[in-house]
Amino acid sequence: MTKQVQPLDRVIIRFAGDSGDGMQLAGDRFTQETATFGNDLSTLPNFPAEIRAPAGTLPGVSSFQLHFADHDILTPGDAPDVLVAMNPAALAANLPDLPRGADIIANTDEFSKRSLSRIGYSSNPLEDGSLSAYRVHAVAITSMTVKALEEFDITRKDAERAKNMFALGLLSWLYSRPTDGTVKFLESKFAAKPEIMKANIAAFQAGWNYGETTEEFSVQYEVKPASLKPGTYRNITGNTALAYGLVAAARRSGLPLFLGSYPITPASDILHELSKLKRFGVRTFQAEDEISGVGAALGAAFGGALGVTTTSGPGMALKAETIGLAASVELPLVVCDIQRAGPSTGMPTKTEQADLLMALFGRNGESPVAVLAPATPADCFDTAMEAVRIAVKYRTPVIILSDGYLANGSEPWCVPEVAQLPRLRDEFSFASPNDWRGPDGQPNFQPFLRDPQTLARPWAIPGTPGLEHRIGGIEKASGAGTISYDPANHDSMVRLRQAKIDGISADIGPLEVDDPTGDAAVLVLGWGSTFGSIGAAVRRIRLGGGSVAQAHLRYLSPLPANLGDVLRSYRKVLVPEINLGQLALLLRGRYLVDVISYNRVRGLPFRASELASVIQEVIKNG
Amino acid sequence: MAEISHADDGAADVARRPGSLTLVPAADEKLTTKDFKSDQEVRWCPGCGDYAILAAFQAFLPELGIPRENVVVISGIGCSSRLPYYVDTYGMHSIHGRAPAIATGLAATRPDLSVWVITGDGDALSIGGNHLIHALRRNINIKILLFNNRIYGLTKGQYSPTSEQGKITKSTPFGSLDTPFNPISLALGAEAGFVARTVDSDRKHLTSVLRAAADHRGAAFIEIYQNCPIFNDDAFAPLTAPETRDDRVVRLEHGQPIRFGAQGQFGLRFGRYGSLEVAEVSGTDPQTLLVHNAEEADPSYAFALSRLDVPGFAHTPIGVYRRVARPTYDDAMTAQISDARARQGEGDLAALLAGPDTWQVG
Repeated sequence: MTKQVQPLDRVIIRFAGDSGDGMQLAGDRFTQETATFGNDLSTLPNFPAEIRAPAGTLPGVSSFQLHFADHDILTPGDAPDVLVAMNPAALAANLPDLPRGADIIANTDEFSKRSLSRIGYSSNPLEDGSLSAYRVHAVAITSMTVKALEEFDITRKDAERAKNMFALGLLSWLYSRPTDGTVKFLESKFAAKPEIMKANIAAFQAGWNYGETTEEFSVQYEVKPASLKPGTYRNITGNTALAYGLVAAARRSGLPLFLGSYPITPASDILHELSKLKRFGVRTFQAEDEISGVGAALGAAFGGALGVTTTSGPGMALKAETIGLAASVELPLVVCDIQRAGPSTGMPTKTEQADLLMALFGRNGESPVAVLAPATPADCFDTAMEAVRIAVKYRTPVIILSDGYLANGSEPWCVPEVAQLPRLRDEFSFASPNDWRGPDGQPNFQPFLRDPQTLARPWAIPGTPGLEHRIGGIEKASGAGTISYDPANHDSMVRLRQAKIDGISADIGPLEVDDPTGDAAVLVLGWGSTFGSIGAAVRRIRLGGGSVAQAHLRYLSPLPANLGDVLRSYRKVLVPEINLGQLALLLRGRYLVDVISYNRVRGLPFRASELASVIQEVIKNG
Repeated sequence: MAEISHADDGAADVARRPGSLTLVPAADEKLTTKDFKSDQEVRWCPGCGDYAILAAFQAFLPELGIPRENVVVISGIGCSSRLPYYVDTYGMHSIHGRAPAIATGLAATRPDLSVWVITGDGDALSIGGNHLIHALRRNINIKILLFNNRIYGLTKGQYSPTSEQGKITKSTPFGSLDTPFNPISLALGAEAGFVARTVDSDRKHLTSVLRAAADHRGAAFIEIYQNCPIFNDDAFAPLTAPETRDDRVVRLEHGQPIRFGAQGQFGLRFGRYGSLEVAEVSGTDPQTLLVHNAEEADPSYAFALSRLDVPGFAHTPIGVYRRVARPTYDDAMTAQISDARARQGEGDLAALLAGPDTWQVG
């Protein structure tokens, strides 16, 4: 039976089910199919911290949202057009986000009286008319999956577990996705269990066939490929991009990569990714704790390696003392903080931007470091390379502030040519004995004598004859580096360390402002992962005929040299942040500009529609 | 410019170097004690045991037969941790308790270095206890010298995790409540392959233990009883006073019968439930008297030895308790990398970045 094919320019779908239902996997595969097809896309995985929260409960709901389009898009979307609800809890948890008219594909097998009452439904919403504002498709996903797999020699439990593949098959049909990639993926994932592999492929095909034959779905949709700039593309998550950026930086700097890390959500995937890459000479060290992870990275840096540690907020708190030591001994160190909702344990799997002030100031004493924040998942690659560049050139710790949204979210990435990547080996060199000889030919090494341009001290690694020296956390005499308690020397060293970080602003280019009409009175200034939401909101304003300027900070320390001028050239500056106004505090303090702070800390990215109305309001009150 | 050596560099001339340093280049010239003295004024209190340890360490280092620049000394915080400043090599005086972690990163990336950790009883056993036990179980190729004076010195006299229970200090005017650690027992429990104890005042013995540690590939743990004349003077007096030392100090030498007492009249034999007991040599079946075996794979015997000093240094074995080789973490890490390269080839960055699923636009 041929069905009507309806073209769409963009779609937002959300897979939702129990945390054991395989929704993340279904979402990942749909994303990969969509990427291969050539749509632009953006994803938002959203899952509980508990590995298997009690089945059928609201806290156990895991979801994966995907926004894909035939044009360039910036966010995973505000409101789903389609919700796949594998059980009543998934429906109840996600219904508030659904706009009227949205499609709901519900797995009726799980809508038993017991499951319904468990989350407070007194009647079945699929039948009682309460969902009349939506297009409900009641599909017996579990039982159809089990039936389709009758011929396979697997347990009923294993058959039921393949229901996510049935749902994926159905959605793949509904949106005309290519299926080869998923079949290949299943073949490889279950290579060791051929019967399970065949069953999952069969469930996937059964879902597709059901869509094609059932009268439940009268329309099939099509979203044409997006016209992105020419190149080779892949889909990539922020954590993978960050890991690859570090590997690329190691290759381009000629330094061996050493990662000292302790598992923590949502940063662990960087450790996982790098631990696979031994053929690149990558050394990964799963430490006994966060402190050891960063300590080992600093020890490796002392020895001339590219020392990196990865963590999230609670781990940052523990690493603070070692980051302070790195700032004091002035060695390169890259610290990746994949922020999550805090304080304390907070909400480990949810996103937040509330570690900014900790990254900037969360150490004892005056302890300046460089701080960078990627704007999108793919940007994590470039930010990692840039962090390494600054670290090795200036011999300083550099903190990368990614977050849970960037870490797990994905987008298409135009894969760069290796030869076009920054040549980091040109940015630094190890100290050489030949550069440190007195008139008598004897070594006269001064470990804290600075490069006049960068104010970086020499990086003299063990094994270099004639440059033997001791470093430590005690204050050092400028130049000689010996222990010094001299008041004037301390004042000078405190200022020199700050001046070194401040001086990086000359090396990072000015903040660019996107102000196409040139007459905007309002500037929206963001940092980090809010780039997409702000950008989408700004587009809405402009589509509606409004004028608004947008700028986005990648460098939080030092701030771009022209930032003060930019701030002062707009009548109003709006600063949306997923914290209670940390950048705003900094801007007000540093530039005496009365910025308007907009804050939501829900563990989720901003909605574009929400920001658009905030911007509209600021313009109106202009 | 110094190159970072790979594990296969400098494999020649292994014979001259101790077992932990076979990947470290050999020295071109013979070094002396003076080569390891820095120009910094040593600032410990007069009479501090640290002076003797420093002198023994500086005099020992030339024996390694490696270039001065390939020796690295990493310390934490405390009186003992000032030591790196006084040794003219590469050194880092880091943060309290973290030296084993920092040394781990260095040793794991630089097999061409000889890495020494200097720590104290507070640094290693209190704030840094976690790093110590994990460095030992991992068996990273570092040598840890724990200066045990059983007191906090740099903070001016609080009790430490090795202070005897009931100790009156500034922070425990009514006596400390804690049961102390026995560092040797702790190290053995942490799976250490090399565990030894020595004393600051016996330079010859101290040097022999350093030599044995350098010869051991992997993590080596050396507890050095060190006198603090200011806050805990004579803490180890029973082990040094002429009237008591012969009966108390049990010198361990691998392969030798264990004998102590002024006339060597005492030996050790197994008692109940695996503990050791002192026996008079005369009148004891010689077959039951122990011959020291530091290479016994099972650590139970070494652990039993470590319990002899309770209470109050009753019988305190010094020397190498345990010396059992097992694969080191850093060697294994290097081997995994070599193995991955042999099987998969050197990493192809372009292929990695592209991944298996790409599509073309334009």
